[in-house]
Amino acid sequence: MTTADFKDNEYLEQYVEQLREGGVNVAIAKLDDIINWGRSNSVWPLTFATSCCGIEFMSLGAARFDFSRFGWEVTRNSPRQADVVFCFGTIVHKMAPVLKRLYDQMSEPKYVIAVGGCAISGGPFKKSYHTVMGIDQIIPVDVYVPGCPPSPNAIIYGMLQLSRKIKVQEFFSLPKQPKVVEHLDNPIEVVKYV
Amino acid sequence: MFNKLEQVFSQLANAEISNKDNVYTIVVAKENLRQAAETLRNNDIVRFDFLRDIIGMDYTDSLGVIYNLSPSEDLSVIVLLESRTDDRENPAFDTVEDLWLSAPFYEREVHDFFGIRFLGNPDMRRIFLRQDWRGYPLRKDYDSSPIINPIPLENEDLDSLEYLPVLDLKDIDKERKSVFDKGDFVVNFGPQHPATHGVLHLRVSLDGEVIKKVDPNFGYIHRGIEKICEVSMYHQILHLADRLDYLSGSINRHAVCMAIEKGIQLEVPPRAQYVRTIIDELTRIASHLLGWGAMAMDMGAITAFVYGMRDREKIMKIFEKTCGGRLMANYSMIGGLMEDIHPDFQKDVKEFVVYMRKMLREHHILFTGNPIARGRMEGVGHLTREQAISIGATGPVGRASGWQCDVRKIEPYAAYDKAEFTAVLREGGMTFDRYYIRLDEIEESLKIIEQLVDNIPEGPFCAKPKPIVKLPEGEYIQRVENARGDFSVYINSRGDKFPYRVKFRSPSLVLVNVLKHIAPGNKIADLIMLGGSLDYVIPCIDR
Amino acid sequence: MFHFEVVADWIDTLLLSNMPQWLALAIEFVLIGILILSLYAVLALILILAERKICAYFQCRLGPNRVGPWGILQPIADMVKILLKEIISLNKADNRLFRLASFMVIIASLLTFGAIPFDKGLHAIDFNIGVFYLLAVSSIGVVGIMLAGWSSNSKYTMIGAMRSGAQLISYELSCALSLMTIVMLSGTMQLSQIVEQQAGAWFIFKGGVPAFIAFVIYLIAGHAETNRGPFDLPEAESELTAGYHTEYSGITFGFFYLAEYMNMFIIAAVAATMFLGGWQPLHIPGLDGFNTVMDYIPPVVWFFGKTFFCVFLALWVRWSFPRLRIDQLLKLEWKILMPIAFANLILMALWILVF
Repeated sequence: MTTADFKDNEYLEQYVEQLREGGVNVAIAKLDDIINWGRSNSVWPLTFATSCCGIEFMSLGAARFDFSRFGWEVTRNSPRQADVVFCFGTIVHKMAPVLKRLYDQMSEPKYVIAVGGCAISGGPFKKSYHTVMGIDQIIPVDVYVPGCPPSPNAIIYGMLQLSRKIKVQEFFSLPKQPKVVEHLDNPIEVVKYV
Repeated sequence: MFNKLEQVFSQLANAEISNKDNVYTIVVAKENLRQAAETLRNNDIVRFDFLRDIIGMDYTDSLGVIYNLSPSEDLSVIVLLESRTDDRENPAFDTVEDLWLSAPFYEREVHDFFGIRFLGNPDMRRIFLRQDWRGYPLRKDYDSSPIINPIPLENEDLDSLEYLPVLDLKDIDKERKSVFDKGDFVVNFGPQHPATHGVLHLRVSLDGEVIKKVDPNFGYIHRGIEKICEVSMYHQILHLADRLDYLSGSINRHAVCMAIEKGIQLEVPPRAQYVRTIIDELTRIASHLLGWGAMAMDMGAITAFVYGMRDREKIMKIFEKTCGGRLMANYSMIGGLMEDIHPDFQKDVKEFVVYMRKMLREHHILFTGNPIARGRMEGVGHLTREQAISIGATGPVGRASGWQCDVRKIEPYAAYDKAEFTAVLREGGMTFDRYYIRLDEIEESLKIIEQLVDNIPEGPFCAKPKPIVKLPEGEYIQRVENARGDFSVYINSRGDKFPYRVKFRSPSLVLVNVLKHIAPGNKIADLIMLGGSLDYVIPCIDR
Repeated sequence: MFHFEVVADWIDTLLLSNMPQWLALAIEFVLIGILILSLYAVLALILILAERKICAYFQCRLGPNRVGPWGILQPIADMVKILLKEIISLNKADNRLFRLASFMVIIASLLTFGAIPFDKGLHAIDFNIGVFYLLAVSSIGVVGIMLAGWSSNSKYTMIGAMRSGAQLISYELSCALSLMTIVMLSGTMQLSQIVEQQAGAWFIFKGGVPAFIAFVIYLIAGHAETNRGPFDLPEAESELTAGYHTEYSGITFGFFYLAEYMNMFIIAAVAATMFLGGWQPLHIPGLDGFNTVMDYIPPVVWFFGKTFFCVFLALWVRWSFPRLRIDQLLKLEWKILMPIAFANLILMALWILVF
C-alpha cells in the first residue's frame, strides 16, 4: 500500500456534494455545517480501556502525540458527558453487558471507535471461549482502527476519520445514526472454538 | 539447605519425592494433602511460607492440584506438592486457605476453571467467569460452543455473588451467606472507572469516607489465554505472554522463551542474552515510569503523569527503531532474538541513560518532595513483611516491605550475573516506600543497562531451533522478575507439538489481595492511591 | 484617565430625557442583563481556552491548535456541541430538583459576578454592604451542588456532595475572615469605595504584613471554594468519576462546567479588587513620571491584568499539586487557616492603631 492510497479519504465529502447537487435549502445546509463543525471539532472521549491499547491511549494524551491539538483531550469519566467511546482492548463475555450499558448511558450524539484487533474481531484471542468476536456484535461501531495495539498515529488517523464522518451528518433531516442491535438472531459466526 | 529439606520431607507420610535441579516434586494422596501442607508450612526447620501458585490440572482420567511452594529464606528452592482425585463429578480437596493468605484466591481460581471444590473454604464463588457460566473451561472435555454460553446482554446480578459456606459436599444447596451485611453502604469501583487501572471491579462497603471491606471481582478481561495455549504451537504462545502483563511484555515473553529453551536444551548465543537483558530493563523502566505517573494521577497530579509518559516515550522510540513494535516489542524468539539490533541502538540507549538520570531528579522535585504528596503517602497502608510473604506479594511491593524476593538475584538468568546491581530493599512497608522503591529501581536498571550496553558481544543473534518445536515430556518452570514481581511460567508437556497445560503465575493477582488486606480502615482516597502504589495490571490477573 | 462612568452616565441621561423613568430603568436593566450575560459567557470561553493552553504548556504539550488560529475557536466548537447534546432525564431521580441544581449553581456565580467593579461606574450592583453581599450570594452555589449530588440518586454524586458541603462551608470562614481584614483597613464594605481608597497604594502594600497574610489565606481558601485541585475532592476524577455532576449531560453539565471556570474568575477578581487595587493603576509615591505613564493604561486593562494574574496562580497550583485527603483538607482549614485568619484580624487592628 502506498501513501497515495491513504489520501483517498474524500469520498464522504464527495458523497455529500453529490447529494446536494440537486439543490438544498441554503439556510439549513449552512446551519448543518455550523453544527457539524462544532460537533466534529469537540469530541470528548470517555476514559474507557480494558487492556493493552489503553496504554497507547495514555501515550496519545501525553507529550509526544498530544491529541489535545484537535481538542480531544477533555476526557470525561462519566459516560453521560462523553461523545465518543474508544473501545481499547478485548471485550469478553463478562464485560459485554457493561460495555452495552455504558453505551446506553451516553447521551446522543454518540460515536464508537473500535481500536485494536480484539475490539474489531477478537484478534489474537479469536480461539477463546470467553472473548466477544468484535464489539459490533454488541454496539454499533463508527470507525475501526486495526493494530495490536495500533500505534498512536493510527489512532489519530481513526479519530480524524470519525471527524470527517461527523462533518457529513445532517442535523435537521433524519438522523443518520445507526440503530442499536437489541437482540442477536445469529449469536456468533462459528469459528474453530477451543 | 539440602539436609534441612531432607529432614522436612522425612516428616511427610506416604509421599513420593523426586528432585530435578532445585525443583522437588512431592506427590501425596488426596487424604494426606492437608497434613502435608501443614507440615511444610509450619515445621520448625524450613518453613514454606510462600505459596507461589496453585495449579489445577486435568489429567483426562483424573483431576489434580499442584501447590507451588518456596521457603521465603531461600527462594531458589521450589517444591511442587501434587495430589490427584479420580472423582470427576464432585472433585474435592481439603482447603489450605488458613495456611497462606494467598490461598483463597488461588483456590477460587482452580474451582472456576476445573470445578474442584476446596472443602472448608467458605468462599467458593467463581472468580473470573460469571456465576451463571456453564462448564469448567480448562477441563479437557469442556464444550466451548457459544450456544451453551452465549454473549450475555444483561448485567450480572451482583447480590447473587454470595459466599457458599461449603464445609462438606452435602452442604452445596444449603443457605448462602452474603459478602456484605444488609445495611452496608456498598459502592462499586469499576469495572469502568478511571482509577482501577483497567477493568477491575471493587465492591467497597463504606462507613462515611472510611472503608470497611473490599471485595474484588475479577474476570472482566478474562480472555482464556491458558486454554488458547493448549491448542497453540510453542511459537504461537509467545505473543500471548506479551499480552498478559502488557507493561512488562518483553519480560514475560523472555520467560516463556527461556522455559521452552530449557525444554529443548537450546543454547542461546551471548549476544541475544545481553540484548534481551537490556530490553528487559528498558521495559522495566518504562513500566515503572507509567506506574509512577499513574499513581500520581490517582492522587490528582495529572502533570506528573504526563511527565512520566513523556520519558517513557524515549524508550518507546528505542523500541520502535530496534524491535519495530512499541508496546508489544515482539522481540524475543525461541533461541534468541527476532532480528539484530539497530545500528543506533547502543548510542540511543546511552543517550537515554543520561537523559533519564536528569529526569529522575526532576521527578523527585515535582512529586517526591511535594508536601501534599508526602502527607498523603506517609503512614498509610502498612504491609508487614510476614503479610507480604504470606500473600505472596513479590516485586517492588514485597521489597518495600523488606522481603528480598528479586529473582534476578536469587536465580540470575540471561546476563544478570554479568552486571553489578543491588536489589533495592526498604523496611517501611508504607505507601511511600512502595512509591520510592520504583524510582530507586529505575536507577538500578539504568546501572545494569550502562554496564551491559557497551559489552554486547559479537556473534549470531539467534540460535535456530527446529521449525516445529516439541518439548520432551515433563514439567518446566521458569521464573523471571517482571516489573510487578515473580512471573512464573509452568509448562507441562507430553512430548507433543502443543503443550498439555500452561500456567502463568500472575504477580498482579496477589497485589489485589494485598489491597483487600490493607485498605480497610483507610479513606476512599487512600483506596485509589493504594491501588496506584501496588501498580497491578488487570489483564495479567484475568489471563 | 478615561472611565466607563462617562459612558454609563451618558446613556442614563439620554434615556431619561426621552422617556419616562420606569421605561428608562427597564431598558437599562435589560441592557445590563444582556451585557453581564454575554460577558459572563465570553469570559468563561476565554478561561476554558486559557486553562487548556496553559495546562498544555505545563505538561510539555501544545494544547488545542487546529480549530481556528492557535485553537482560539476551540471553546466555541465545544459550546456548539454541548448546546445540542441530549439532556438525559433519570428514571429514579428527583427530576425537578435535578434540573434546578444546575441553575442554582449558575445563578449563584452570576449574582456574584454582577457585584464586581470592572471600572469606575462599570458594575451592576454597588451596595454599601458589597462585601457582605458577595459572600452571601456566592454561598448559594453550595446549595446547588448539594442538590445535584443528592437528587441524582447515585452513590458517587452523593459522596461528592457530602464532601463538597463539608469543604465549602469550612472554607467560607477563612475566606470571609481574610476579607474582613481588608474591611477593617478600609472602613467600608462598599466595593467601589474600597477600590477608590486604593488610589494611592494598593491595600496589599498599605496594609503591610497582615494584608499580605490575608491575601495568601484568601487565595488558598478561595481556591478551595472553587472546587479545583488540590481541593477538587467533590469531583475527584480518579475517585468519584465526576463527583456531584456525574449524572448530568448536555447543557446541564455545561452549566456546572461554566460555573466552575467563572467561580475561578470571580475569586481572582475579588482578590484583585480587595487586595490589588481593582482597576487602580500601580502608583509608587514619589515617582510622578512613572505614575503618569501607568495612568495611560486603561483601568479595564489593569483590572483584567490583575485578575488573570490571580487566575494564572490558581492554574499553576491546580496543575502541580496532588489532591488532599478529606481529613487533611478539613485539618488545613480548622487547625491552620482559621486560627491564623483570626490572629491576623487582631494583627490588622494593631497595625491600624500603630500606623
